[in-house]
Amino acid sequence: MSYPADFKYTKEHEWISVDGAKGTVGITDYAQSSLGDIVFVDLPKVGDKVKAGEIFGSVESVKAVSDLYSPATGTVTEVNEELKDAPEKVNADANATWMIKVDLENAGELDSLLSAADYEKFIAEETGH
Amino acid sequence: MSETKFVGTPKKVTTHVNQNEDLIFEKSAAGKKAYRLAELDVPAVDAAALLGDVARADLGVMPELSEIEIIRHFTRLSTWNYAIDLGMYPLGSCTMKYNPRVNELVSRLEGIAEAHPYQPESLSQGVLSIMKLLSDCLVEITGMDTITLQPAAGAHGEFTGILLARAYHEAQGNPRKKVLIPDSAHGTNPATAAVCGYQVANLKSNAQGMVDIAELERMVDEDTAALMLTNPSTIGVFESEIHKIADILHAKGALLYMDGANMNALVGKTRPGDFGVDVMHLNLHKTFSTPHGGGGPGSGPVACKKILEPFLPKPVVVTRPDGLLSLDYDRPQSIGRVRMFYGNFGMFVRALAYILANGPDGLRQTTEDAVLNANYIRAKLEDTFELQFKTRSLHEVVFSDKRQAKSGVKTGDMGKRLIDYGFHAYTVSFPMVVQGAMMIEPTESESREELDLLIDALKQIAQEAEENPELVKTAPHTTRLRRLDETAAARKPGLRWKPVPNGTADPSALTPDSAAKEW
Repeated sequence: MSYPADFKYTKEHEWISVDGAKGTVGITDYAQSSLGDIVFVDLPKVGDKVKAGEIFGSVESVKAVSDLYSPATGTVTEVNEELKDAPEKVNADANATWMIKVDLENAGELDSLLSAADYEKFIAEETGH
Repeated sequence: MSETKFVGTPKKVTTHVNQNEDLIFEKSAAGKKAYRLAELDVPAVDAAALLGDVARADLGVMPELSEIEIIRHFTRLSTWNYAIDLGMYPLGSCTMKYNPRVNELVSRLEGIAEAHPYQPESLSQGVLSIMKLLSDCLVEITGMDTITLQPAAGAHGEFTGILLARAYHEAQGNPRKKVLIPDSAHGTNPATAAVCGYQVANLKSNAQGMVDIAELERMVDEDTAALMLTNPSTIGVFESEIHKIADILHAKGALLYMDGANMNALVGKTRPGDFGVDVMHLNLHKTFSTPHGGGGPGSGPVACKKILEPFLPKPVVVTRPDGLLSLDYDRPQSIGRVRMFYGNFGMFVRALAYILANGPDGLRQTTEDAVLNANYIRAKLEDTFELQFKTRSLHEVVFSDKRQAKSGVKTGDMGKRLIDYGFHAYTVSFPMVVQGAMMIEPTESESREELDLLIDALKQIAQEAEENPELVKTAPHTTRLRRLDETAAARKPGLRWKPVPNGTADPSALTPDSAAKEW
């Protein structure tokens, strides 16, 4: 599993990649692997507000439905429509498969998210491996 | 058998006469029928003259078969079923207990089976008194003040219960905004809260798998409508601080909802009404031995405290001053009906038969036996499978696949292998707080002999996982169809059979032919 060093991570297993005041959000390789085959992704609409730490959608796998937690506060500017018909893309490459793009309200709040190294440490503790 | 030599589906197979069973539509042949009517002795009606264009000449794809073909078709299908009458059903959280035959006998008594919902009250005193007596029994068992029998199943009961909570808060002037739900909850709980217009706030469990009191205190505020709590929890553990939990909620005006799915661990021992619960549902098809799954139907009565009584679905059964029972519709604050007529009445009869046949001591014994059986399984298997939460188990035990996963064998694989040993699978991958969960609930119905068979099968499977993981990962091996593609079924569900024009079959469809090849 790989966790790009230029992404930031949540404890709920989402990643965000930031370019100025724009953030791109997806779920981590660890998340897709523990969920198993993803069969449906439920995402917000363009223009919807998302709030850091709050639910913005859900992913459904053969095992369960899991909520998606937003890493940042802002307004959704783009939604990955491809995932409607091809949710398996998330399993194939979680790091390259973004879910939403967000106009960030406060890029400063991202400082509280985990770095790639801290995230790896976090999941090692969580899984006890 | 090589692929090239395969000449088609054998019409008769030796291993199992039911190997190849077409859909009833595919068995159809024009002109066959299962009835013969006497000659018409009244003037024929010309449907076209009466109905014009809407008279239907083409019957579509209605199957046409003879009587014995219909009987054989459905009888064969019925033998494909696994049922509690065939063997143990260790599904955790489902309480798949025996459905006593006396329940069926009583529910078929003429006066009960033939009662009609539009019968006048004066002729319905018997059935009304069944509802009244069952209500009284359930109120006594739960320690609550009052009850509605209307909801048709557990999730429907949750919906009704949270609507009651909402109506209560609205009557106080503010419906409030959120419902707290522990991460070990049944998936229906957050769904219920969302459908009732509440935000779902996820409450993390502590290291023992129980409600984290400090976290609860932090999260409960004046916007909290209720906490939906399963007790004992989905890992089979009693929330020992339930009083404190109730006090924290009540201090902020929030309500405590209890999901009664696991009531089989409490009946006759402790009462939710006594430990602070304001509203709860029961599953008659779990705790009270009415049929569960398949045929059902379910029944999910909702019991509540006095403060919620004005909002109960209408009608409610009341005793009139003259002693007769009556249905009261004059309830201005009621949330309305949640089910046509009075609920799944046939289940009320069965549940009442179960309660009366057991009596208070019998019900208490049932609870003790259910807990004993679960702990017997736990004691026999805790060296074989990982037990994440060591807290004392009540009626069910949750192992994990952690040790077997090292050789690539997951909980789902072992569940499927269990089918080869003649059991229904346990509950797989739930609750989510246990990674790779294997959730087993034997219920009180199982004898020690049957429990030993299950234990042996699971020990054998654990050994196979170590020595021959492929065998487990490709299970089941003894069923009509082998490992099905669950992902494809979820991503591209085929929900409907369609007639094939000109007899050309869709080559990708799973037909009895391809199933036979698989076999």
